[in-house]
Parts: sequence; C-alpha cells; structure tokens
Amino acid sequence: MTETRLFLLQRISALVLAPMVILHLVVILYATRAGLSAEAILARTGSTPLWPVFYALFVVAAAVHAPIGLRNILREWTPLSRGVTDWLSLGFGVVLLVLGLRAVWAVSGWAA
Amino acid sequence: MSDTVQTPTAEPGGSGIKTLEVQIWRGGAEGAFETFSVPRRDNQTVLDVVTEVQRHHVPDLAYRFACRVGVCGSCAMTVNGTPRWTCRTHVGKVAGDGKLSIAPLRNLPVIRDLVTDMGEFFDKWTKAGGKFTGTRSRAEPMAEVDPTSRARRNADAGIECINCAVCYSACDVVSWDKDYLGPAALNRAWTLLNDSRHAAQNETLAAATAHGGCGSCHTQGSCMRACPVGISPTRSIAGIKRMSLLDFLGMRRS
Amino acid sequence: MSARRHRSYAAHLGHRLSGLALAVFLPLHFLALGLALEGADTFDRFLSFAELPLVKAAEWGLVVFLGLHLFFGLRLLVVEFLPWSSDADDRAGLIGWGTAGALVLGGIFLWGVI
Repeated sequence: MTETRLFLLQRISALVLAPMVILHLVVILYATRAGLSAEAILARTGSTPLWPVFYALFVVAAAVHAPIGLRNILREWTPLSRGVTDWLSLGFGVVLLVLGLRAVWAVSGWAA
Repeated sequence: MSDTVQTPTAEPGGSGIKTLEVQIWRGGAEGAFETFSVPRRDNQTVLDVVTEVQRHHVPDLAYRFACRVGVCGSCAMTVNGTPRWTCRTHVGKVAGDGKLSIAPLRNLPVIRDLVTDMGEFFDKWTKAGGKFTGTRSRAEPMAEVDPTSRARRNADAGIECINCAVCYSACDVVSWDKDYLGPAALNRAWTLLNDSRHAAQNETLAAATAHGGCGSCHTQGSCMRACPVGISPTRSIAGIKRMSLLDFLGMRRS
Repeated sequence: MSARRHRSYAAHLGHRLSGLALAVFLPLHFLALGLALEGADTFDRFLSFAELPLVKAAEWGLVVFLGLHLFFGLRLLVVEFLPWSSDADDRAGLIGWGTAGALVLGGIFLWGVI
C-alpha cells in the first residue's frame, strides 16, 4: 500500500462518511430526545434492513478512515518506529471492523 | 499621514526607544542566548542589528547573508519566535517594545550561532522531483508557453520562491516527521507539474506523492502565512493532492 | 513558536484531537451496542448507566467532537480539492462556522436530554 493510496483512501472514505455522519447526528439528536431504551433502539434499527446495511457501510468506512489518521498521529507524535506504527494502525482497523460489524449484527435483530 | 515628517526616533512602532535589548543565539544546538545593547536607528532592519553586533561586540558571530534586498534567500532567522527574512524585516515591525530575540532557523541543524546546515532542505528539493528535465536542445526553437493558460498561472504563483527555508522552519509537520519534504520542495514540484516543458511529469508526481510527500501535509497553513514573498505552498500542495486524486481516478490531463 | 498563532493551525489541532477522541470512543461504542446480543435486559442496564450526569456530559462532548471533526474535515476537503480564490485564502473563515455548528449540535443535544 503506497502513501498516495492511503492518503486518497482517507479522503475518499471522508467523502463517504460525511453524509453518513450527518444522518447519524440527526438520529442521535432524535433518539436521545425520545429517551434511550433497548426497546426503542432495537425497534428502530430492526424496522427495516436498510438500517443494518447503512450502519455496516458506516462501520467499514470508519474502519478505513480512522486507522489512517491514527497512523499519522502515532508517526508524528510518538517515538514508535514506522513498522510498529503501521501494525498498530492496521490492528486498530481490524478491531474497529470486527467490533463494529458485531454491533450492527447485535442491533439488526437478525441474530434473534 | 503621508506628509508627516518623521523625527529620528519616531519611526512607526519605534515609540521613542533609543536602545534595543538584543538576545542572540551563540553556540551550536547546545548553545545559549547572549544579550547585547544596540542603538535604535532609523530604517533599521534585523539584519542591520546582527551586523552591528558582529562588528562592535562579537567579531566571531556566525551568520549568513548576501544580497540584503530580499532576493538571495540566505539571511532567514528566527526573530522573536517567528521565522523571517531578516534583511527585509524592519525592527519597528517586530520590536515595538525594544526587545529582539534572534535565533537560527528551526527544523534545521545548527552549525554555529545563527547559521544552520541547509543541506537537508535542498536535498528534499531534489527528492520531491524538483529537477527540471527538458527535451529540446539549443538547436531547436524555444518552447512556446501560453502565459494565460491555467497551468502557467499555477506555475507563476509559486515560481518566485527564494529558497530561504522560512516556510520549512514555520511548519510543524517538518518538526514532527523528519521524512516530510516540506512546503518549499513540494511548491517547487508543483511549479514543474505545471510546466509544459518539463518532460518527467509522472516521475515528479510520483516523487511528490510518495512517502513524506503531499499526503503528509495537514493544511496547517503556517507556511503560507510565513512566506516572505507571498507564495502559498499550502495552495501548491493542495494542487498536488488534487492532481494525485485525478490521476488515481484516471482523470488527470497530461 | 508564534508561526502557529492562527486559525488554520488551531483547526488542525481541533480536527486531530476530536478525531483521536472519536477513535478511542468507537470501540467502546461498538462494545456497548454489542450488549444487545446478550438480551434487552443487559442492554437496558447499560443504558441506565448512560443516564448518569457524568456520562451524559461525556456524550455531549462526543457529539461536539463529531460535529467539529465533520465540519473541519469538510473544510479540508474544500481546501484540498476545490479551486482557491486567492493565494491567501485557505478558507479560514469556515473554521468559525464549523465551531459554531458543532456547538449548536451540542446545544440541541443538551436541550433534548435535560
């Protein structure tokens, strides 16, 4: 993976994330106003398959975007070597992807 | 205000100060500031102050300058914490309180006193793909460049760089990441990427987008604010970023 | 170093630190949602923990950080990929608007939960 690709991947994932974050913020403001409960959350996320699909894409885009930024921070602000920095960032991306997709699965209602 | 006659001590910002308290860096990386008293004079530049200290106080003071008119790019120093070209920086502009601190440029190894080793700065220039590759010999007619074309206007915006390293010294990414090529080198690459006579376009784009290239820039914008000749390396680097995106999408015009 | 004293540099720090905070929060957020796998009761017990004032304050911070990261990021995309109007214009004006927008989001969040 070249630096150019990573740079562009971060910008392209940002373009994908921007509208998703806006929708997510609307949901946050709406859901917290109505009061958070397992019933309300699961009823919403399970109401249509579009929500799990949306959140799965959201997770994938975030799992691409965040580790590249983390890699820059580790490289510039810590004394870690480039190899360690690269592996830590990659590991973080995998953790985000796995935990994120698991969370989407959990709230999709498909597991029950 | 234009017809106001200035008295000898009333230069704008001078506020009647007759003596400057000047701290100058002495030694290498492990050195210390030494303080000198220098008379405040009319139309006095920071470089004038350094010269006066060298002539009257410490003859062995090491500093670098040549043209004294803002063309050669050799006299940049850190003045009161900010990188500046000292020959065109009037004391009245930076030392309203009569105090000056003059240190070598940041982000470059100090050789002695106010002199830095600019080797890495120029090496990165080459590393960013900044070497011009022509195709015509002197027997052929000169290449025609349309001065109104967008590419030529892009090149014009960055071409007057005097290689003073003020931007390199102002940039935090340079201090955080020793592989970062820096604003000046990437600005140079951008002028070549807009020069229709430059044959090695793909090589320059590859060099300017490789590890330490345009992707390392975080658009902090310190370089464009520090540049003494008004160039915007931030804009030039953004141009390379845009070009690398278009190249990736197969939409770059060659 | 006074070369840092300008809005674009502050925006860089805001963008980076908000991104870092969001990156640290995300795995915890995913783990919390994953509790739904263990049944609605477990999930509800966690959600009642989220009602604590300190947790609410942290949530407010995350909403503001998400807004900041979004708006500062959009500015970066504009600066990097759209044409510039002049050499000196790195759209620093958008930084104030982005900060205000993030605070408005935080305000709406607070208004809804208090």
